[in-house]
Amino acid sequence: MGGAPGGTPSTAAHALLPSVDPVQLVDPDGHASHDERYPLPDGRRLLDAYGRLVAGRRINDQANALVRQGRLAVYPSSHGQEACQVAAAVVLGEEDWLFPTYRDTVAVITRGVDPLEVLTLLRGDWHAGYDPYEHRVATQATPLATQLLHAVGVAHAAKLRGESTVVLAMCGDGATSEGDFHEALNFAAVFHVPVVFFIQNNEFAISVPLKNQTVAPSLAHKAIGYGMPGERVDGNDLAALLAVLGAAVDRARDGGGPSLVEAHTYRMQAHTNADDATRYRSADDVERWVPKDPIVRMRAYLRGLDLLTDEGERILADEADVVAAAIRAGLNTEVDVNPQELFEYVYTEKTSQLREQAALLREELERDADAAAAGTGGSMEGDQR
Amino acid sequence: MTQTTEAPAPGIGGRAGAGAVPAPRATTFAKALNAALADAMEADAAVLMFGEDVGPLGGVFRITDGLTARFGEERCFDTPLAEAGIMGMAVGMAMNGMKPVVEMQFDAFAYPAFEQVVSHVAKMPNRTKGKVRLPIVIRIPYAGGIGGVEHHCDSSEAYYAHTPGLTVLAPATVRDAYFMLREAIASPDPVVFLEPKKLYWSKEEVDLAELRRTFDDGEAPRRIGRAVVARPGTDATLISYGPSVPTALAAAAAAAEEGRSIEVIDLRSIVPFDDETVCASVRRTGRAVVVAEAPGFASVASEIVARVQERCFHSLAAPVLRVTGFDIPYPSPKLEHFYLPSVDRILDAVDDLQWEDRP
Ligand SMILES: Cc1ncc(C[n+]2csc(CCOP(=O)(O)OP(=O)(O)O)c2C)c(N)n1
Repeated sequence: MGGAPGGTPSTAAHALLPSVDPVQLVDPDGHASHDERYPLPDGRRLLDAYGRLVAGRRINDQANALVRQGRLAVYPSSHGQEACQVAAAVVLGEEDWLFPTYRDTVAVITRGVDPLEVLTLLRGDWHAGYDPYEHRVATQATPLATQLLHAVGVAHAAKLRGESTVVLAMCGDGATSEGDFHEALNFAAVFHVPVVFFIQNNEFAISVPLKNQTVAPSLAHKAIGYGMPGERVDGNDLAALLAVLGAAVDRARDGGGPSLVEAHTYRMQAHTNADDATRYRSADDVERWVPKDPIVRMRAYLRGLDLLTDEGERILADEADVVAAAIRAGLNTEVDVNPQELFEYVYTEKTSQLREQAALLREELERDADAAAAGTGGSMEGDQR
Repeated sequence: MTQTTEAPAPGIGGRAGAGAVPAPRATTFAKALNAALADAMEADAAVLMFGEDVGPLGGVFRITDGLTARFGEERCFDTPLAEAGIMGMAVGMAMNGMKPVVEMQFDAFAYPAFEQVVSHVAKMPNRTKGKVRLPIVIRIPYAGGIGGVEHHCDSSEAYYAHTPGLTVLAPATVRDAYFMLREAIASPDPVVFLEPKKLYWSKEEVDLAELRRTFDDGEAPRRIGRAVVARPGTDATLISYGPSVPTALAAAAAAAEEGRSIEVIDLRSIVPFDDETVCASVRRTGRAVVVAEAPGFASVASEIVARVQERCFHSLAAPVLRVTGFDIPYPSPKLEHFYLPSVDRILDAVDDLQWEDRP
């Protein structure tokens, strides 16, 4: 009933609880297992998603290298979390919306946004590099958990208009402590809107481990308090992620309302290049996650079924190379920033104050240009009045 | 720029009885806001109203009275009690084609939503180079003078005015309440709409149907970014907005009895700020006092003083003065009249404007 509360507080509590163990369909050795509730995605679907996984890893590695070369200001890598990234993007239809965090570059690219546009934010060019409406991907931003409420709003508007849009909203484990996380879940449940909340629990919020965020049995358990189902899934198992997130999206689309999915994964690299991960975790801790790598696992599974061949692997690697090369080439060109643009988008129509300030900056720039042409080396720093 | 025709209509009397044209009736500020919301919702199906207690109750000040009954609970509805939630959901709804009007129940209860307002509502259009427009109106019953307890009387305009990307409005008359709210809802930019609580029950003789016709026909002069001369004068200018305008007008009336002709400017729009109207007045009169209820330190009043000194220095016969609230948390009901700018305090400031002709 649109604006009216449509939740069902009487739902039996046990029906909302996550499974005891995170859902896993393919184990770290690449062996599939059977799960009553979540059928294994078919081979073609897995192979296609695997290709995006390989590309995602390549994008992460390339972006990290570009930070070291000073071409990107910062990069929060999702190395090790690529299965979550790929699954979040591919379970959505064209009419759906994705709400990513700053770490979810690979998910955004997998959804179809031009990698160069996605990296604009991290490059220091302009705040949000892409048009959110083009691929129905909200902009990445850093205030934690705030986007979850925007996701609820988009879903609510779609529902009022009778559209079948589903919104998938991502956040990290640390973000679940923020007030906006709780308000978003509550609003989504009360208004019964089609949102899938997707937590990537990678065990750390910068340096702070999960045990400092919560003593709940799991983050997925938080769902029950809002009257929506929660589910836990192995965050390094592409097959399980596709199955669990896909089921949550289907459920939302069928009018079943919101749900919460927690994927347990691990951040293999530092929070960003500014972070020193050795201060809060040991190399051994990280090593323990190496055998659980989402790519190694899915590769073993697909090779075991002969769905993936040497030839197929070479093609995928080449495709990933092409993406990486395009990113490299794009970021090696200088950014062309226009200082006059600073005033363009603050209001639909420039205020007289902004017109004055734009004129001031224009004069300064012209004076600088004149001085440079005359070889007198004038600089804006020398002209602070 | 002078629009004295927009000033409150004179009192009743001498009007012909009921004919084909119904006589304007005494209309409260609150009723004008209610009519503006209803008319905007009628005119555009994308306009929605939500917040705390705005549904069947009609809001604690009844500004949304009857909207749920008339437009249904999908168009005017109660939310869970969470201001960040209200604000954040409004962002998403605006991203997806709606024009949300939200009510923050009282000024000081908008603070939980502050992060959403400053980090997203104000910045999203800019950070997306205008791709995402957020036509949101944030209605805030605001300021004091009603004997309310603490946390119900804050003057929070400086927080919003300091945030680029927000339009900040504060009407002071019944007509402006109607026209400015309609204009705010029609604006493609986010608007913080400050409703002076103590003016909710003030009345003017206006015909709401006539106001609606005027607005719908595009004949109402634009108010966003346009100040108005609320009372013309020649000797000094009082610059004010929102709840302080009636006090400034009362001071000007009292000064007239003492033989001083004081002009009163009603800013209406704090952001964008109408330098032109303000400076034209100060250049004419040569003297100015800014009157505002908020604490004076680092305030909108401070900003106005600075702007006037920068622009009108050579026309000034005296320093620009301020009459504001004290730099203290809003006082309790029994003490608020000591805090609020009063007619006497304004007249004292006017007296201090270095008049050569008088002692
Ligand atoms: C409201 C807010 N507080 C603090 C920060 C600084 N900050 C940036 S990332 C981060 C940790 C987030 O951890 P998590 O949600 O687990 O996401 P992850 O980085 O692990 O993907 C913090 C504290 C922020 N961006 N926003």
